[in-house]
Amino acid sequence: MNDALRLKVCNLLHENAKLSPETIARMLGERPDVIEKTIEELEQEKVILRYSAVVNWEKLPVNQVTAVIAVKVLPQREVGFDAIARKIYRFDEVKSVSLMSGGYDLQVTVVGRDLREVSRFVSEKLATLENVTSTATHFLLKTYKSDGVIYDDTDGERRLMITP
Amino acid sequence: MNTLYERLSPVVRNLPPSGIRRFFDLASQMQDVISLGVGEPDFVTPWHVREACMYSLEQGYTTYTPNRGLPELCVEIAKYLTKFGLTYDPSHEVLVTVGGSEAIDLALRALVCPGDEVLIPVPTYVSYKPCALLAGADVVELPTYAEDGFRLTADALERAITPRSKVLVLCFPNNPTGAVMDKEDLQAIAEVVQRHDLFVVSDEIYAELTYGSQHVSIAAIPGMRERTVVVSGMSKAYAMTGWRIGYAAGPEPIISAMLKIHQYTIMCAPHMAQRAALEALRNGDDERDRMVESYDRRRKLIVAGLNEIGLPCHEPRGAFYAFPDIRPTGLTSEQFAERLLLEQGVAVVPGNVFGDPGEGFVRCSYATSVELIEEALRRIRTFVEHLSYHPVR
Repeated sequence: MNDALRLKVCNLLHENAKLSPETIARMLGERPDVIEKTIEELEQEKVILRYSAVVNWEKLPVNQVTAVIAVKVLPQREVGFDAIARKIYRFDEVKSVSLMSGGYDLQVTVVGRDLREVSRFVSEKLATLENVTSTATHFLLKTYKSDGVIYDDTDGERRLMITP
Repeated sequence: MNTLYERLSPVVRNLPPSGIRRFFDLASQMQDVISLGVGEPDFVTPWHVREACMYSLEQGYTTYTPNRGLPELCVEIAKYLTKFGLTYDPSHEVLVTVGGSEAIDLALRALVCPGDEVLIPVPTYVSYKPCALLAGADVVELPTYAEDGFRLTADALERAITPRSKVLVLCFPNNPTGAVMDKEDLQAIAEVVQRHDLFVVSDEIYAELTYGSQHVSIAAIPGMRERTVVVSGMSKAYAMTGWRIGYAAGPEPIISAMLKIHQYTIMCAPHMAQRAALEALRNGDDERDRMVESYDRRRKLIVAGLNEIGLPCHEPRGAFYAFPDIRPTGLTSEQFAERLLLEQGVAVVPGNVFGDPGEGFVRCSYATSVELIEEALRRIRTFVEHLSYHPVR
């Protein structure tokens, strides 16, 4: 198992999931079949979970609101935070769940059609879960940069077409 | 011929016009052109460097600096050069210039007298010859060949030397060929240079952009430091072309002579750009290394692609240019480049503009995105396949 190669392949695909195995092979100076096999392994081992596009939803005619919710919970014996996290992430409305250090325990991202839908989810589903002691809901107003991608990047081509 | 033109300096009148100009005008008029003709990084200067410049403006660093450059920048440059085994006294042996270009001009003006011969391996970057001519020197071109990986051989140098030979200009890693000189290659050159008591102006602007081997400076070869001016700068390694910060390092008498010209003609490099360079040298290595890794991947991509198309391409071990052999198409460099541009909308630079031995080759810069490189390769393939059905001869 070539860890360095696996890491390079993941870095390239994370940056651009559309790169073909042939292109990756050329960029890394490897054989295409080696790259194909590496990607297959990464997928099987669930190192690569999914290929998706980074979408700026604000540019589409969709009504949706995103809330980032700080959740405090009582950890449980033996399972700690995992059991409650599992209960939370199974809701379709929940897009991400992370365990945090600091002032709260779980950071939960929820997407809904409007403010009311998200509030209803928080008050009826999330806050009422056993061992959830408090929630603080923050509505997301605008995304500037996410996962390394600047949303309104104006860094276009500024170079002269031909220079010595 | 108008009389005003005739009254211009004959030296300037007789300078050959830039071979790139006509091509640039042609490409600029066209739509949907993928340019592999750009001689600069495709990265914007790292943000922390831009931010440092803005901060320096807020702080009011808008004055002249010492002629030599900010003392702390000279210190950083001297410290940086130690990675190539070079030691220079920052207060006497380093000079900050307006790009590496100024340093080349200064070095040649400081070293040559009218009638001296300046030896220039070709194909190479287009500025050395005009700078040497403007300094009053005669230029002797030393052809390098694909078979040698476009490296200069001691033999070729030896054969070109006359009693008037004074300066050898080196540019490795090379623009446009991507050639790199290894330590043994440089040792052989150094032996000839010392035997004939020549100076070397070594343009090492692409020193950071080597793939698979560490750059070797000729000044680090024993006996060479006292006869070499090392020229480099921020442009290529730190994606800072527009800032115009370069530098020269060499023995004190030469650098002092260059400083004398610099103080009368330029005064000092722009202060805010020097502040930015300081930040880049102090904190820019990680970003620089990431950029180099990215070039390396694109290098492999384009070289493999060109070879598959049937345009043999030696492995460029430095800079960010591939220099494929287009002779299998039966076209000249100019014909190839012009037709590729007009028929497929891909701009490359004809190899002959970098000197006669560049004829039969074109320069393809891979400092552009993977997507555009792949699209350019598709278009070049279409162009070359079309040619083979419609042979020119």
